[in-house]
Amino acid sequence: MGSSAADSKPLIHVNNVSFSYGSIQVLKDVTFAIHPGDFLAIIGPNGSGKTTLVKVILGLLKPSRGETRILGKSVDEFTDWRRIGYVPQKATHIDPLFPASIKEVVAMELLASQKFSGIKKREEGFSIDKALKQVGMENFKNWRIGSLSGGQQQRVFIARAIVNQPHILFLDEPTTGVDTETQERFYDMLDSLNKKEGITIVMITHDIGIVNKHVNKVACLNQKLVYHGTHEEFCQSQALKEMLAGGHHLISHRH
Amino acid sequence: MDAFFTYGFLQRALLAGVFIAVACALLGVFLILRRDSMIGHGLAHITFAGVALGLFLKIIPLGVALVVAVVAALGIMKLKEKAGLYGDTAIAIFSSMGLAVGIVLATLAQSFNVDLFSYLFGDILAIETSEVWLSVALAAVVVFVVILHYHRFMYMTFDREAAKVSGIKVGHLDVLLTILTAVTVVLGMKVVGILLVSALVVIPAAAGLQLASNFKKAIILSSLIAVGSVLLGLFLAYYLDFPASGTIVILSFLFFILFFLLKKVRRSP
Repeated sequence: MGSSAADSKPLIHVNNVSFSYGSIQVLKDVTFAIHPGDFLAIIGPNGSGKTTLVKVILGLLKPSRGETRILGKSVDEFTDWRRIGYVPQKATHIDPLFPASIKEVVAMELLASQKFSGIKKREEGFSIDKALKQVGMENFKNWRIGSLSGGQQQRVFIARAIVNQPHILFLDEPTTGVDTETQERFYDMLDSLNKKEGITIVMITHDIGIVNKHVNKVACLNQKLVYHGTHEEFCQSQALKEMLAGGHHLISHRH
Repeated sequence: MDAFFTYGFLQRALLAGVFIAVACALLGVFLILRRDSMIGHGLAHITFAGVALGLFLKIIPLGVALVVAVVAALGIMKLKEKAGLYGDTAIAIFSSMGLAVGIVLATLAQSFNVDLFSYLFGDILAIETSEVWLSVALAAVVVFVVILHYHRFMYMTFDREAAKVSGIKVGHLDVLLTILTAVTVVLGMKVVGILLVSALVVIPAAAGLQLASNFKKAIILSSLIAVGSVLLGLFLAYYLDFPASGTIVILSFLFFILFFLLKKVRRSP
């Protein structure tokens, strides 16, 4: 992605953002941009503000200072949410008894912005099938969401997040509770979405091994933005050494 | 059976009952999945205050109850959001107040009589033509609005945060769902009475959820159980001289037991 991506217009611009929960400051003066084609990992120790940062970017939380811009617009004025896909942290902690089929879960996102749903049945079906195929879940369309494993559910949530063909996909610790072998296939799928489909991916993770193998950009957060740049430079950076020396809770799988 | 084609009061009861049953079942599914099934119970108690106020002021009790229930439902929602109360505390506070105010007003109005008891225990066979059309119209509006926002309501019930990021105005739809619930509870009061209306909202939906493999089936099944309970309940009430309200609720409970057992049988190896 290198220089061409850096030169392009940013999809997301985080400008001098600070955020506090009451008197506890979680984010301090965070500034960076996300460009088309980035596969960005946001890493940092527990409580470093990773999830808060993503929520501020998406307008779920209001920053105490600074602003975020999505596709050139302030998040408060941004309306084209079909261009954004989001898989929240607790996506796998859904109610296992919820009576929704895989097809219905994906349709939620597709039809959320339509005034009268169900008018273009054929197009809807095609979009849902395509999204499920992209994540390898096309044979589970009529299964109940609660009957799937954690890894399969995550794939369905990604299908939901990409069904509108978004420019950018946010994932908050998508492999929590997923076994290592399934994680491998999962990240290969994200790779494919990033490289073949051209979807920019922003992923919160604790797994430095993932950083080594899949992503091309890293944002290292610990209240402040400790590092933001390419993966290669991050591997040589003081930020990584300090994080590892500090005994922060980070996982490092060998790939 | 001929009586149902002959007598106007039975036809009115059937018409209003079917529409209200569908509205109750539709909302019931969302309320149960939002862990909010007690809201019907709480609003029913508040509706009692509305009816008593109507009798006290000598204004149409149904209309006054409608206004009081909507205002109280919004009050419960705001209290939950702002006061950081645990679980159903806001509902408990409002429902107790509703009942207390209702008792005081009913005593002041000297209306602890047949009129008030018909609201407490339901008297759908005595429903008047004007009330039928009001009930049918309001129930039809509730059903239409739920169908219109079907996917949005489902999304915010399933995954509230992702729904917000998809652009759904979750806060606005919360208000809408709360108003629809209040209207439905007041309408349900005409069918089974204040004391049993929450059963009409919760039990058919809980029964439908036992066997539904997807959301659409849950909605359809719950509606059919609610309509079945009302139709069969009215039939039995007329021919066996049972009270309609109790019969309808007992039937919906039997449907629940039946569906619960069917689920168990399905799952056993």
